[in-house]
Amino acid sequence: MHRDMSVKEAERKIAEKSMNIQPRVKVSATNLNFFYGKLQALHDVSLDMEENRVTALIGPSGCGKSTFLRTLNRMNETIPGTRLEGTVTLDGRNIYREFDEPSQIRTRVGMVFQKSNPFPKSIYENVAYGLRVNGIKEKHLIDQVVEESLKRAALWEEVKDKLDHSAFMLSGGQQQRLCIARALAVRPEVILMDEPASALDPISTSRIEDLIAELKNSFTIVIVTHNMQQAARVSDYTAFFFEGQLIEAGETQQMFTRPGIKKTEDYITGRFG
Amino acid sequence: MATRAFVTDNPAPVETLSFRPKSSGVIPRGLTFLAVLLILLILAIIMGSIVWGGAGVVSWDFLSSPPEDGMEAGGVFPAIFGTVALVLLMVIAVVPIGVLTAIFMQEYTTPDSRFTRLIRVAINNLAGVPSIVFGLFGMGFFIAFVGGGLDTLFFSNSDGPVWGQPAIIWAALTLALLTLPVVIVSTEEALKTIPRELKEASYALGGTRLQTIWRVIVPQAMPGIFTGAILAISRGAGEVAPIMFTGAAYYLPYLPTKLNDQFMELGYHIYVMATQSPDIEKTKPILFGTVLVLLLLTFALNSVAVVIRSRMRKSRADAS
Repeated sequence: MHRDMSVKEAERKIAEKSMNIQPRVKVSATNLNFFYGKLQALHDVSLDMEENRVTALIGPSGCGKSTFLRTLNRMNETIPGTRLEGTVTLDGRNIYREFDEPSQIRTRVGMVFQKSNPFPKSIYENVAYGLRVNGIKEKHLIDQVVEESLKRAALWEEVKDKLDHSAFMLSGGQQQRLCIARALAVRPEVILMDEPASALDPISTSRIEDLIAELKNSFTIVIVTHNMQQAARVSDYTAFFFEGQLIEAGETQQMFTRPGIKKTEDYITGRFG
Repeated sequence: MATRAFVTDNPAPVETLSFRPKSSGVIPRGLTFLAVLLILLILAIIMGSIVWGGAGVVSWDFLSSPPEDGMEAGGVFPAIFGTVALVLLMVIAVVPIGVLTAIFMQEYTTPDSRFTRLIRVAINNLAGVPSIVFGLFGMGFFIAFVGGGLDTLFFSNSDGPVWGQPAIIWAALTLALLTLPVVIVSTEEALKTIPRELKEASYALGGTRLQTIWRVIVPQAMPGIFTGAILAISRGAGEVAPIMFTGAAYYLPYLPTKLNDQFMELGYHIYVMATQSPDIEKTKPILFGTVLVLLLLTFALNSVAVVIRSRMRKSRADAS
């Protein structure tokens, strides 16, 4: 599976190069400052995230990487007493100014959380939820999307005979893939992942990583991770956060071999964090 | 016993460290147990005397026929009917208002803001108001103000008062006010336990706040809401003071069929028989029987709610 993926990716890269396709900026954050009450969690962060690429956000706990991720789909707004300065754009449109309802953004920018959080509903209803809240009622359409989403999340074979079972009956890794399927069902353009594999065993983790590699052909992915090897394995770009600031960002390969800033090198090589 | 608690490789310190159970432990233990015993004893006396005095009276006839001969004979059917109708109306009124209040407090206000604290103080005070005051308030507000107002506005041609008189709807609303705090508090407690991650999952899929409340939060809080309803029923079904001015009748030859009818109620019926009867010795067995029926009815109403709640919890666990 892994091998196919890298072949596919190589083919795509060659195709892009031969046709002179420049990767397009999908999501862009400019001069972001973020406050929890009086506490400033982000200091003047600017970062572009390209289409069909995986951008990894790394850094020690409390460095602001999760906060930054959550500004990209306005999820921080659900926490009272927070404030944001600066702009975030999706395809050039300011997501804080040009959309009335945060829910409009969130159908285009999906999210997968650190702790798998299925609803206390059936497997089917979990995946159907996003469709239902977005006003889709046709049963055949929902059936179709549920199947397709579970297939894309590599879960279909395991659950196709028990779609009406509780989501809680699945293993931790399966629950997390269910949450990914659920996010895919509303057909987002960007998927934000907040340490999606941190609570999983190595086999489940590797399945999620394979999935990320597959999904980036169709989506823009931004992933927060504590795991350096994971960042190196799955991402095209890496951004290093420290104490609320973006210290350095660049191509993953370069970041991990020749980081430009001493602090990045110290963190990547495990001298702190 | 106590020396055994110390397991060590070195036998020497065991002896020096050994301690004896302090004899003073016996006294608190004994006192607390006596308190429990006292409660059990009192409960046994109450239940025993009610069952002893009432069991012989309660029969199908007693349950299904109206009182006769100035309550010295006959049954309590109208009072049973009135109690059930009253409690159901009360639940219909109190649950939505209580649940909406709790949702507002938990989901739409900043917790511990001055405003929220003010509401909370108001709810706590409401819970502390004596029930007779609710009765007087119900009479003044619902009957005179709301009912009287409706009459002047829409029924000025009518012979007598239509809504501006004691009625089952006013009694039910008065009881709803009385039981509002328990519904609010138990719903709030249920809402507090809902994990933030579940709400975020809904928001992340494009759910609006209203959709999240309706599809995720309320279903999840349902057992807590039912607990509130159960507590409200327990409290409301036994209250006499709030309904004696607002709708309960001494005796009625008919059953209430409209919201503005008066009604008979078991608690009030007991009060009437115990205080207004011309021959207390003759009504005594019926009185005991009525008390037993009230207890059983409250128990039955509670059981229904408990069964529904546990079914709900089960289906929640299966998530089918």
